[in-house]
Amino acid sequence: MPSILAVMESRSGSLRKVSHEVLTTARRLADSLGATVDAIVLGKGPVAGAEELGAFGADRVLTATHDQFELYSPDGFSATIAAAAAGHSAVLFAATATGRDLAPRVAARLGVGCATDVTDISTEGQNVVVTRPVYAGRALQKVRLGSPAVVSIRPNTIPAAENRKEGRVESFPVPAFTARVTVKEIKAPAQATLDVSEASVVISGGRGLKEPANFKLIEDLAAAFGNAAVGASRAVVDAGWRDHGAQVGQTGKTVSPGLYIAVGISGAIQHLAGMRTAKVIVAINRDKDAPIFKVADYGVVGDLFEILPKFTEAVKKVRSEQ
Amino acid sequence: MPVANFSRGIALKIAVCLKRVPDTTAKIVIGADGKSIDENGVKFVPNPYDEYALEEALKLKETAGSGETVVYALGTDASQETIRTALAMGIDRGVLLQSPPSADGFEVAKALATELKGGGYDLILFGKMAVDDYNHQVGVMVAELLELPCISAVAHLTVNGTALEAEREIEGGIEVSTCSLPAVLTCDKGLNTPRLPSLKGIMAAKKKPLEVKPVSLGAGTLSTVSLTLPAERKAGRIVGEGADAVPELVRLLRQEAKVL
Ligand SMILES: Cc1cc2nc3c(=O)[nH]c(=O)nc-3n(C[C@H](O)[C@H](O)[C@H](O)COP(=O)(O)OP(=O)(O)OC[C@H]3O[C@@H](n4cnc5c(N)ncnc54)[C@H](O)[C@@H]3O)c2cc1C
Ligand SMILES: Nc1ncnc2c1ncn2[C@@H]1O[C@H](COP(=O)(O)O)[C@@H](O)[C@H]1O
Repeated sequence: MPSILAVMESRSGSLRKVSHEVLTTARRLADSLGATVDAIVLGKGPVAGAEELGAFGADRVLTATHDQFELYSPDGFSATIAAAAAGHSAVLFAATATGRDLAPRVAARLGVGCATDVTDISTEGQNVVVTRPVYAGRALQKVRLGSPAVVSIRPNTIPAAENRKEGRVESFPVPAFTARVTVKEIKAPAQATLDVSEASVVISGGRGLKEPANFKLIEDLAAAFGNAAVGASRAVVDAGWRDHGAQVGQTGKTVSPGLYIAVGISGAIQHLAGMRTAKVIVAINRDKDAPIFKVADYGVVGDLFEILPKFTEAVKKVRSEQ
Repeated sequence: MPVANFSRGIALKIAVCLKRVPDTTAKIVIGADGKSIDENGVKFVPNPYDEYALEEALKLKETAGSGETVVYALGTDASQETIRTALAMGIDRGVLLQSPPSADGFEVAKALATELKGGGYDLILFGKMAVDDYNHQVGVMVAELLELPCISAVAHLTVNGTALEAEREIEGGIEVSTCSLPAVLTCDKGLNTPRLPSLKGIMAAKKKPLEVKPVSLGAGTLSTVSLTLPAERKAGRIVGEGADAVPELVRLLRQEAKVL
């Protein structure tokens, strides 16, 4: 029976949320191919959540433990996953910073190409077929892959869904590898916030905020939502108001949250490239002709300094009643 | 800012892989084959992330005091113009690997790796991704094929002798990695500010060597089935003006969009 390998991502000994999305996708693919699903978890020791992966459709959970797996090990992880991939017809990754580094390494070791940042996946016969945004989201490319199909899935595009399978945990031996690169540490960013590429709500500010201190208004709204990340346009990142990690757009991050709120952002094509796949878009801008309104589901025309405090209050009120 | 302290007189050999891509504001029209874009009237530019790679190569060579920088582009003859732009920035010479494009990044990586192998490069630089295919893979694959250390999406670099320390952005943090030369790096925004070609540079570029080598790519394991335009977002609506619109906005977010 064919099988699919789903690569789980963890940080500080816990699985990351995106892993459940990858596993859900693997399960769906397996069901249409009549295949089984192996989830692989790499770490220095036990990873919290690994035993529960059966809930999201893993038939088997392979745990690969190694002293050098406390942080990401590009060479160790790719050697291990390439070894585990033997006999699998597809290998699925999350298109995160780690997955984007890892998927092409594994593909190269397996001697095949890879389809990155896919937003949809299906099968045609025994082939995996994916859809991926190209040209900064201005076109969609449909790609057919051979076997094994190496694919990375854009976070937040395929929601995690439970589908209980056995989830039998087995240890997988890490092959010998040469660590050509060593990851020393993970430093906290200067502005520690939820990451825009993974949050389900993203609230971004632009030049309309006038000065960096006014981002407090955005932070307050994000806090009112609770699960929101703060993003920014390039104009304010280049001006040094926000970290580069917060930048949404063609030269920043591509986000697909359930809700994207653009505040004081004009909606330049390069900004739209990063957020047009959000499920719901809200724009607040005082210029009724701003291009952002062309992609916004809900627009409010007016002064953000007047609107945001009221909006934040209203969201807090709704949240407190839930 | 990158800090390199090679002892003066040690020559540094750096390769940069450069792709010609449509300008990011170009209007996308699907071509007659339904699998590629219609290139008519589209302005092409060097891939923006590759400009960070070009700048880093030039800067590292300047700091080292001597060396050679070489740019490689795989593409049709049209890529010669892109290579000339790199030469005008200050890159010493160019190589065009003449071939039609491929949907399979691994095939491109194999052709580049074959060419780069044995070139004696201390560093091979790439962009973190090409803004046309968004593949995010060729640089890393070349490193795997050449069995070289590779750090991808580098936004900050420190070079000390043959030791490299690089920072890359990951979700909610900055990952700090080390490796030693020879190595492959893929470059992200933030690494540097690419220089513009000077008039003198543009004149000099015309006389710099540009070698053209035909290559043939394998069929690969990926094929494009179709290229389509994304569905237009359905026309949104203006909920209202000013703070008075807030109650209605909140109601819509709760009851219609169900995101609150
Ligand atoms: C190669 C390239 C790559 C790029 N990549 C990116 C990218 O990744 N991300 C990105 O964002 N940009 C990117 N850009 C830049 C992009 O073209 C725009 O310049 C940028 O997005 C503009 O940022 P902004 O909307 O904050 O500023 P502006 O365009 O100046 O817009 C400010 C908006 O605020 C509104 N406003 C002002 N005051 C108020 C108020 N009191 N209340 C309400 N509204 C108000 C104004 O009406 C205006 O619409 C890129 C550009 C290039 C050339
Ligand atoms: N045809 C090409 N010629 C030269 N370099 C390329 C080519 N395609 C990709 N690259 C390099 O690989 C990087 C990543 O591209 P990609 O994997 O296509 O997103 C680019 O930024 C370039 O540095």
